[in-house]
Amino acid sequence: MNRFLVHRVLQAAVLVALMSFVCYGLIGLMPGDPIDLLLSADPRLTPEDVARLKAIHGLDRPLLERYLAWLGKAVVGEFGYSRLYAQPAAAVLGPRLANTALLMGISLAAAALIALPLAVAAAARAGTGFDRAVNALCFAGISVPTFWLALILIMVFAVQLGWLPAAGLPMARDPGLLERARHLVLPVLTLTVASVGGHVRYIRAAMIEALGQDYIRTAHAKGLHPRRVLWRHALRNALLPYVTILALDCGALVSGALVTETMFGYPGMGKLIFDAVMGNDFNLALLALLLVTALTVACNLLADVAYAALDPRIRQR
Amino acid sequence: MFRTLLATVLTACMAWAAAAAPGPDKDELVIGITQFPSTLHPNIESMLAKSYVLGLTRRPFTAYDKDWKLVCLLCVELPTVENGLARPVDLPNGKRGVEVTYTIQPGATWGDGVPVTTKDVVFTWEVGRHPQSGVAAAEFYRRVTKVEVKDERTFTFHVDKLSFEFASIGGFQLLPAHLEREAFADPTQYRFRTRFDTDPTNPGLHFGPYRIVEVATGSHIALERNPHWYGPKPHFRRIVVRAIENTAALEANLLSGAVDYVAGELGLSLDQAMAFEARHRDRYTVLYKPGLVYEHMDVNLDNPILADRRVREALLLAIDREKLTRTLFGGRQPVARGAIHPLDWVHAEDLPAYAFDPKAAGALLDAAGWPRKGTGIRQNASGERLTIELMTTAGNRGRELVQQVLQSQWRQVGIEVKLRNEPPRVFFGETVSKRRFSGLALFAWLSAPEGVPRTTLHSESIPGPANNFSGQNYPGYANAEMDGLIEKIEVELDRERRRKLWHAQQHLYARDLPALPLFFRADPFVLPKWLTGVEPTGHQYPTTLWVENWGVAAP
Repeated sequence: MNRFLVHRVLQAAVLVALMSFVCYGLIGLMPGDPIDLLLSADPRLTPEDVARLKAIHGLDRPLLERYLAWLGKAVVGEFGYSRLYAQPAAAVLGPRLANTALLMGISLAAAALIALPLAVAAAARAGTGFDRAVNALCFAGISVPTFWLALILIMVFAVQLGWLPAAGLPMARDPGLLERARHLVLPVLTLTVASVGGHVRYIRAAMIEALGQDYIRTAHAKGLHPRRVLWRHALRNALLPYVTILALDCGALVSGALVTETMFGYPGMGKLIFDAVMGNDFNLALLALLLVTALTVACNLLADVAYAALDPRIRQR
Repeated sequence: MFRTLLATVLTACMAWAAAAAPGPDKDELVIGITQFPSTLHPNIESMLAKSYVLGLTRRPFTAYDKDWKLVCLLCVELPTVENGLARPVDLPNGKRGVEVTYTIQPGATWGDGVPVTTKDVVFTWEVGRHPQSGVAAAEFYRRVTKVEVKDERTFTFHVDKLSFEFASIGGFQLLPAHLEREAFADPTQYRFRTRFDTDPTNPGLHFGPYRIVEVATGSHIALERNPHWYGPKPHFRRIVVRAIENTAALEANLLSGAVDYVAGELGLSLDQAMAFEARHRDRYTVLYKPGLVYEHMDVNLDNPILADRRVREALLLAIDREKLTRTLFGGRQPVARGAIHPLDWVHAEDLPAYAFDPKAAGALLDAAGWPRKGTGIRQNASGERLTIELMTTAGNRGRELVQQVLQSQWRQVGIEVKLRNEPPRVFFGETVSKRRFSGLALFAWLSAPEGVPRTTLHSESIPGPANNFSGQNYPGYANAEMDGLIEKIEVELDRERRRKLWHAQQHLYARDLPALPLFFRADPFVLPKWLTGVEPTGHQYPTTLWVENWGVAAP
């Protein structure tokens, strides 16, 4: 097990290092640099200003040289300043990360909690009217564009009924927990509705497969209560592949949800990464993207470890 | 059982919502805009959202008002040659310079109680002219060779170039020396250490009617009255500027009451505002202010087809611009005859209108060697089709609609138009700035009243490797007469003589057509009926500079 773990950690480290180079290169390949963009917005800039600003921001140096300089500092924990926010990149990232983790964490948990009983019930009644209704709802949730759903929720609950605020973050200085929760309801609902369908479909499929296995028939033959067979025997096995889905979704805990954040004016990671990439903010974009990569890799690593712990065949391989 | 439970939950939700929903507090104003400022330093980078917020917290020395007249805001009197506060001088290098004297408003005080003095003026100049400080547009700071301090409040700028704009120093935004000098100790690190970004709620950074009390990056900025403000007390105790990038969400926030007012400077699109007005005119007033945003098509003059002036004129004559603005924008965006806005005092009234005349357009194309057989696409003697590429920013619905109308109208006179759009990032960052568009590029310029078009029309501003692609003369227009007029306008102090030069410049522009004018864009300001005093300016100085005039209508 230890050897397996060391092997996977080393793999993850190499992957993160590789991703840093790929991300830096891809951002560098984007047309125009920050000063080109500045120039198109401010006709007062003279050629001297352009040359001076490019030198200040190091944009007059080759991309590889800039990357190596960044890497040299990054390994000792210096991720540089965000060009867009004029603050250390890590300081910009912190609050956004917390916002996104909160929003995505609640949504993910809600989606999983709703999906689990719904999927199990649908699988147990496969082919019935209930199952078809659950399937239809799942497809509706998956198919509805997030921006449209967000807008409809805002129009109904914020504009027409006036029950909930349209924004994801309160504007009061010390809003309190309750007020904070009220503001989170609509963004969480949007994300949950958008993702719960996928979770249900996945668990339902795994459950139907598990329910067709010999050990389930044996359990029934042994006279166990159908509920016990369903929840104890079938679900435990069906949950194994679901762990992979959850692990992949963990990356979203830090990558955020661009559309939902934009619609609710919620300052999260999705919007931050988008702005940083589009604004050629290398330091910020890289740190954010690497964080997403690292967390996704780490969650997958955890899933692998969990798999290995749960399934002896994986350890033996 | 289930019904009882549902009813209980719904009642609880409603009670909870009613208890927490904000009431119509007229002491607080929430403004919605579509952008969040990336930095709050007044002199580093240029960004509309930043100018909008800083309009609440500080004042430039001078600004153009709603009537497009230059006025003093932080200064006491506008310098003129007549009042002796401006003095043209001969410089040792044989050129003409100017000495301009300003006095800071008595009572101007930073939010921490420290008076605004000439120490701040000198410090700001030092920061601006330092090549490592990160100040973007540093031309003005370089032109000021010396700051002569007369007393605590009065100073003279020695400028090494005499220009008619000598009195306008709106871009010179004061920095508090008592707070910022420490951050400037190492100029190379200044842009990272400035308190405007590291400590933006420090009251000493602001001397306007409001001071920033909270910055929720990416979400909102909250401001409260500045007790040290020297002008009339503003009505609102607290103002929150909220950034919601998506305009549909912004509109929903407005309707839900989460936002009181959507600023025209960075607000709803015109078509959205018109639709909103039709539905909600009982609760909101929509003001449309056509401003200095000049929508036009830059022509790549290296294209052999478009290098022929007759083709350019034919293109303009073949567009029914009146109908276009009437149909698409309800006539709220006036047709442009050139780059100078009709509200600008130097605007020439007698410019050729190039009114819709497809027959004249056809005749010009015939004469240019592009005859038409039947109703097809015109071809020249070599059998080449008259095909032009028209590019604009992808995703800008208004521009894409205009583009389709143009394509259709040009097709009527036998011109084939190929549309190719790119995301703004690519379009402005690469294609336009490096002159990589082959035909026409549709976009807008934001200028200032009486803004001299040196960067857009002077031949030295044609982007290329020699000038590090820093000019904005994207058509590649080179005309010695235009260069000469621009240079003369810049240094002509006599208004009447300058007006004549401007008229000559506009006629030359209308004759040569390096760009095809379309219309001046209008900003829609969506105000609740109870909000008064907001007066759109139509230029780069935001309405917030006059926030002390805002108020609440009597019920």
